[in-house]
Amino acid sequence: MERYVELDQVGMHFDGKKGRFVALKDVNLTIARGEFVSLIGHSGCGKSTVLNLIAGLLLPTDGIALANGREIAGPGPERAVVFQNHSLLPWLSCWGNVHLAVERVFGARETRAQLAERTDAALALVGLTHARDKHPHEVSGGMKQRVGIARALAMAPKVLLLDEPFGALDALTRAHLQDELMGIVEDTGSTVVMVTHDVDEAVLLSDRIVMMSNGPAATIGDILEVPVERPRDRLALATDPEYQRLRAEVLDFLYRRHARPEAA
Amino acid sequence: MMSKTLDIRVARGKAARRALPLPALLEPLRAPFVAVTRTLVPPALGIVTFLLLWVLVAQGSGGSLPGPASTWRAAVLLFADPFYQNGPNDQGIGWNVLMSLGRVGAGFGLAALVGIPLGFMIGRFDFLSRMSAPVISLLRPVSPLAWLPIGLLVFKAAGPASIWVIFISSIWPMILNTAAGVRAVPQDYLNVARVLRLSEWKVFAVILLPSALPAMLTGVRLAVGVAWLVIVAAEMLTGGVGLGFWVWDEWNNLNVEHIIIAIFVVGIVGLLLEQALVWLARKASFGEEH
Repeated sequence: MERYVELDQVGMHFDGKKGRFVALKDVNLTIARGEFVSLIGHSGCGKSTVLNLIAGLLLPTDGIALANGREIAGPGPERAVVFQNHSLLPWLSCWGNVHLAVERVFGARETRAQLAERTDAALALVGLTHARDKHPHEVSGGMKQRVGIARALAMAPKVLLLDEPFGALDALTRAHLQDELMGIVEDTGSTVVMVTHDVDEAVLLSDRIVMMSNGPAATIGDILEVPVERPRDRLALATDPEYQRLRAEVLDFLYRRHARPEAA
Repeated sequence: MMSKTLDIRVARGKAARRALPLPALLEPLRAPFVAVTRTLVPPALGIVTFLLLWVLVAQGSGGSLPGPASTWRAAVLLFADPFYQNGPNDQGIGWNVLMSLGRVGAGFGLAALVGIPLGFMIGRFDFLSRMSAPVISLLRPVSPLAWLPIGLLVFKAAGPASIWVIFISSIWPMILNTAAGVRAVPQDYLNVARVLRLSEWKVFAVILLPSALPAMLTGVRLAVGVAWLVIVAAEMLTGGVGLGFWVWDEWNNLNVEHIIIAIFVVGIVGLLLEQALVWLARKASFGEEH
């Protein structure tokens, strides 16, 4: 399998007023093309930091982070991020938000009509053609997050980085969007790295689950393979013994082996 | 017991209905009537109280301060011909207002032209912000009129000097508010810009400008307020045609009615400027602020 992302002995510390805070230490992870990897852990374990390192929004203070064999020196559209709070620009319509990304990535090579077509296609992919002219404050939280996903997918990224994409949504909307995301990833063959704190979400969507130990100086505690056939069906899996075993294993890691020291 | 209270209520209801003449016809007008009374009565009461106090003070002063009635008569005469011209020192009230507005417009416009871009740069680049902080903190609290001699010295003329005073006193709120608006641009939006690797120009046009616009307009509104406050004082000192000079001239003529009229004109023009900018700011604010 072709490696796309490689983290080699990566560490990250922040120098603040109270001295040095070591967030991550000795993180080693390789992600293959077309793989769906989840990062799970208690809050404050640095899972978002790992994502931001891959995105290039942060640069590691120790070790090396590579994407496509080159050192990650900063963010770029080939590593598209879907932000936790959607981060849509409120003064642009849903279409305008997606188009901004399309224009930046393909503007130099394609005609105006082709760019518009790409934007339309991305909105259609997440089922939002009807809301193209609405502004973000006029649509629901789930729809905003779908625009965020459309914006990221429209960049035709090499890897899609999702930072707790469905964390702020209600359970039903979340399930619906998870199914949609699974379908899109299946169709596009995208490489995905997703941060989550939802055990079911991790098991349902991932090929591998990266379980993080608690910070400070958090690192990868264990990596769990999820050898469940695709396409996956949430109803059938609910009673599947293999699925139950995997789910139990993640829970065991989170609540027994690496329970939060002062669980509040 | 129960039925008795019920009866009473029914009886009261009937009595109330009977008490209102033409209920069916006027009923739809009741709600708007209440709304109009609620919005109009308190301000009207305030104005009436103000006029009463004015009458009392005028009478107490033994004739040296004119009351509302004589001021009104003088105003009617004055506004009957607002654009007459009897030489450089005797012109209609309209000319005075226009000249003052022109100076405010010039000084304020120049201040916006310099202050807003400067505010953007100070907000965007931390180094510039730290560099300019001591100078701005030092110069901002200076009374606007203290700048007048510098203006007279440099420009050797009254008109440009008063424009200079407007410029220097209205520039600070625009710099500071624009910079604050740019600094308050959510990091999420800037992260989007970083992931997309937008050019600095695109970042400005698509993210910084729309995001900082409401704060910027607040700065503009404060600046217009300051400029209008300062112009009267500046013109008193520099002379020429303008509201400030007119006030001073009428003081020398001991025409107190005209001074009071000038106070009202200054107040009303200031109010209109402010309202125009509030309206503009509302136009420019986006969904999420509502």
